Amino acid sequence: MDGRGVPGRVQRTRPWSWIGEGAVAAARGAGLCGLVLPGLILVLALLMPLLLTGLEIGLLVNGPQHWHETDAIVVRIAPVAGLAVSLLLIPAILGAIRGLATLTRRLSGDWCAVPVMDPYLNQPGNGQAGYLGRLRWLADPATRRDGQWLAVSTLGGWILAAVPAGLMLSGLFCLLGTNRGYAAVAMRAVFPGHEPAMLVLLGAACIAAGLWAGPRLLRGYGLLARSMLGPAGQAELALRVAHLAQTRADTIDTGAAEMRRIERDLHDGAQARLVAMGMSLDAADQMLESEPAAARALLAEARESSAKALAELRALVRGIHPPVLADRGLAEAVRALALDLPLRVHFASELPGRPPAPIESAAYFAISELLANVSKHAQTRQAWVDLRHAGGMLRIGVSDDGAGGADQRRGTGLAGIERRLAAFDGVLALSSPPGGPTVVNMEIPCVLSSPKTFSC
Amino acid sequence: MRAVIAEDLFLLRDGLTRLLEAHGVQVTAAVDNGAGLLAAVTADRPDVAIVDVRLPPTFTDEGLRAALAARREAPGLPVLVLSQYVEQIYARELLASGAGGIGYLLKDRVLDGAQFAEAVRRVADGGTAMDPEVIARLVDRSSADGALATLSPREREVLGLMAEGRSNAAIAQRLFITERAVAKHTASIFLRLGLQPSDDDNRRVLAVLAFLDG
Repeated sequence: MDGRGVPGRVQRTRPWSWIGEGAVAAARGAGLCGLVLPGLILVLALLMPLLLTGLEIGLLVNGPQHWHETDAIVVRIAPVAGLAVSLLLIPAILGAIRGLATLTRRLSGDWCAVPVMDPYLNQPGNGQAGYLGRLRWLADPATRRDGQWLAVSTLGGWILAAVPAGLMLSGLFCLLGTNRGYAAVAMRAVFPGHEPAMLVLLGAACIAAGLWAGPRLLRGYGLLARSMLGPAGQAELALRVAHLAQTRADTIDTGAAEMRRIERDLHDGAQARLVAMGMSLDAADQMLESEPAAARALLAEARESSAKALAELRALVRGIHPPVLADRGLAEAVRALALDLPLRVHFASELPGRPPAPIESAAYFAISELLANVSKHAQTRQAWVDLRHAGGMLRIGVSDDGAGGADQRRGTGLAGIERRLAAFDGVLALSSPPGGPTVVNMEIPCVLSSPKTFSC
Repeated sequence: MRAVIAEDLFLLRDGLTRLLEAHGVQVTAAVDNGAGLLAAVTADRPDVAIVDVRLPPTFTDEGLRAALAARREAPGLPVLVLSQYVEQIYARELLASGAGGIGYLLKDRVLDGAQFAEAVRRVADGGTAMDPEVIARLVDRSSADGALATLSPREREVLGLMAEGRSNAAIAQRLFITERAVAKHTASIFLRLGLQPSDDDNRRVLAVLAFLDG
């Protein structure tokens, strides 16, 4: 790299950044604890109809000999009514549980940096989920796991998230000297006479520990959520199959569209020029003796047609597979690409070998499209491209210091790149706040072949 | 003048040989691979080597590598590289391989036999022959930031031809103006771009290319 950081990339250069991160993590942990209350209500609500139903069944089985006369009518109606209410409530409760689990998944990704995939089977009725659809959820193992998570998180999981905020809060009390509890008593016993100073020390230590532990425990909470809320076993396989089917269909579509484009370009371009050239040559042949001057003009025309056909074929080949990519590989091809753009591209590459050809090509066209976007929309003359291979992934960063405000969902460019990368299980992440900078990170799993050696 | 040709397609190799001989260039060897080129250069000591970028066995940039190797073997050997496409990155590598005697042209340029023979002659004399497409792309890129924007359209045209490696006389002939008018344009261009004027044609080309590449 040329000494300058990539804009927008998270760099831990500021020595005190951990304080801010710790405070944010503690606040988020406390927020996650807030999910416990609705969770607890749901657990009770879930158990209530079951208890009620059990009670009613018990009453029915035990028979009327134990009933008082006055109770008889109430007791006869109550079980039936209770059962009906339970049956009516169960779908609503299932919906609420799923909603809570979905919220937890999203927060785990947004706050704990542990993204959790949806584990639900793609059942009919998942979309609108009417009464029967909800009952069908009971057959989905993910629903049972949601319930388990609810139990675990309300019974003890929340402690993990609460610890940093708790530590900091009690630290604050110690600092302010308002702690009259065990800490003060213990300090007085161990350091008689020095307890105010020791309390301040203890308070500072608690706050520091809370700040330090915040991000780590939050991540732990996220991992716990993923282990229970993420897809498991068969569900995981089913999701994988669905993903593969989707990306395969996309790949076939993209390939077919590409073939159609090439066919059209050849038909309207080089092919038409060659026909024109043949006609010019034929006409020149007929005029050669009678009108040599006209024949000469036609020959010049034919030569021009051939030059244009060649230029068009060259452009077409460049669009299919750029020559430098074939000759030298990804890094040199990106370097060559950068030379053709009206941008100053700061380029860094750490690739000890070459990725497989299809991945190389997909990566090249992704970078090419992103850089074209930069020169078209970003209103800047600088861009950064970063290529590396780490952890079994080809990692590509493309960023600029321009206007920002790029959106994956608007416009087809970024979505198209994402779809093409998905064929290789690659992913794209975009960060482009209004005002910039724009950072696109891509990852494609692959292994590198050893560098080619030439005899020349 | 004596030339060596390295081109793997028989039709093109044959055509090139005939074209050059029609323009009074003696072709001492016409080979179809990089190793053959090195052997021919060592044996014949030609005035110029004409090399296709894509040669067997890899059919990638074998020819370019062979040309650079030949220039290391015989320092100052004029080399004209032909290709189905032009890349600035390759133009740079060729220009970096030593001053003078460098050509990099699209294969299409062969279609205009007289112009092509002129380019071969220029390279053999230690001059430069850069393809107009390379220059056009360099100019496109540089015109975005500043100095070039101050040139008049005519001056830009002269700049492009100068960057291709043409002499004042050739530029005058091409643009249907007098040589004195060309000299006036070049002086103005060098002044506006802040370049050191030079009477030496080749040094002038390299200065302009370096400016465009900057």
